[in-house]
Amino acid sequence: MPNSLLPIRINNLCLTIGERTLLRGVNLVITEPGISVIMGPNGAGKSLLLRCLHGLVTPDQGTIELGLKSVIQSRDDQAMVFQHPILMRRTALQNLAFVVPELNKTKPNVILEALESVNLLNRAHQPARMLSGGEQQRLALARALLTKPELLLLDEATASLDPASVVMIETLVKAQSANGTKVIFISHDQAQARRLADEVIFVSKGEVAEQSPADIFFSRPRTPAAKAYLAGEILI
Amino acid sequence: MDALTEAFGLIVSLDADLFEILWLSIRVSLIALAISATIGLPLGTYLAISQFPGRRFCVLVLNSLMGMPPVVVGLMVYLMLSRSGPLGWLGLLYTPTAMIIAQVILITPIIAALCHQVIENLHQEYRDTFYSMGIRGHRAVAAYLVDARYALTTCILAGFGRAIAEVGAVIIVGGNIDHLTRVMTTAIALETSKGNLELALGLGTILLALSLIVNALVISVREYAAKHQYA
Repeated sequence: MPNSLLPIRINNLCLTIGERTLLRGVNLVITEPGISVIMGPNGAGKSLLLRCLHGLVTPDQGTIELGLKSVIQSRDDQAMVFQHPILMRRTALQNLAFVVPELNKTKPNVILEALESVNLLNRAHQPARMLSGGEQQRLALARALLTKPELLLLDEATASLDPASVVMIETLVKAQSANGTKVIFISHDQAQARRLADEVIFVSKGEVAEQSPADIFFSRPRTPAAKAYLAGEILI
Repeated sequence: MDALTEAFGLIVSLDADLFEILWLSIRVSLIALAISATIGLPLGTYLAISQFPGRRFCVLVLNSLMGMPPVVVGLMVYLMLSRSGPLGWLGLLYTPTAMIIAQVILITPIIAALCHQVIENLHQEYRDTFYSMGIRGHRAVAAYLVDARYALTTCILAGFGRAIAEVGAVIIVGGNIDHLTRVMTTAIALETSKGNLELALGLGTILLALSLIVNALVISVREYAAKHQYA
């Protein structure tokens, strides 16, 4: 089924907070399904861009269109996984059931399957906030996926997680993408970006400096900023 | 020492007068607490998660009301309920209902202000996630109240502690009438002034025990919540 939130068109997005201009006229068009990885140095504006796309931050200027919808109209078709997952003060199972109360009444097995998909079935009745960091992030991803989003946004969702959790999250994200969900993933990890990305969006100093298919970005980056970033030079 | 021994004798022998006073105290405080919680929890939650002009001023007023002098509240309720007052026709002065009204006015701001603080902190934490999951309106409010259940329980217990120990307001609007509006605190004040230290000490011991029980409950609830990461 075609993704109704594509293409994503971001036009002249600007955001200033206090004295700092954080987004400087971002222009971006994402037409293809699959996984887009946003890369760039700290403070480049990656997370803000994602938050604007999700509607968590309102830009000072510019427009965002997702297919034929605005950000507000697409709100229920999107899900976001944050770097630090915020779980409710309930059990792992209750955290998932809360998001989809109707499904919990009619098809409770779906929720158990979601827990199983992130290997947390044996933790179903434990307080969610007592899970390890990796387990919490897997639960947050399962919660996001239960809403069946057409657009899944991940803001450094695997940063500082154990390798097993990273692999599990990457596998789920790839499977979700294969099912038609558009995935936009912020990552600093070049190896991860090479594993996941269909395209790379490189953000620098509040602008989209480069948008290329992943193989081209990693083999022949066009901009000096991207070259320096891939070479491990600090760009802040 | 003799007075203390006799006081324990009254408690152990289940003295009818003493337990009548105890029962009225608990009944008045629990009813006042139920009404205050019904008003204070939604009010505190609303102030915590809504945005409207003057919200900060409302929070300031609410926090200030926490420290209202009980005798002033008693005086206000007295003026309202006295024969010449606007609600004098209700005939509530010197009844347990008047004491409940005074206690509600005293403890509602406490419960609402503490609830506001708890829910505001939770709202800061959950806001982005709830937005992302499409949780809004009454579902969000219900979730906040459920997830803050342990912290809110301690707020309610704090309100009960204040209500059961209250003397200034209830003595003005209740009148400390024997077998009608005499509660533990007003009875202690009266019996002490009469020199009847046995009954005063007996009541004082029970009041102290109640205070200890409430505080023990508060600590237990906090520890349970912290242990299970529900705090």
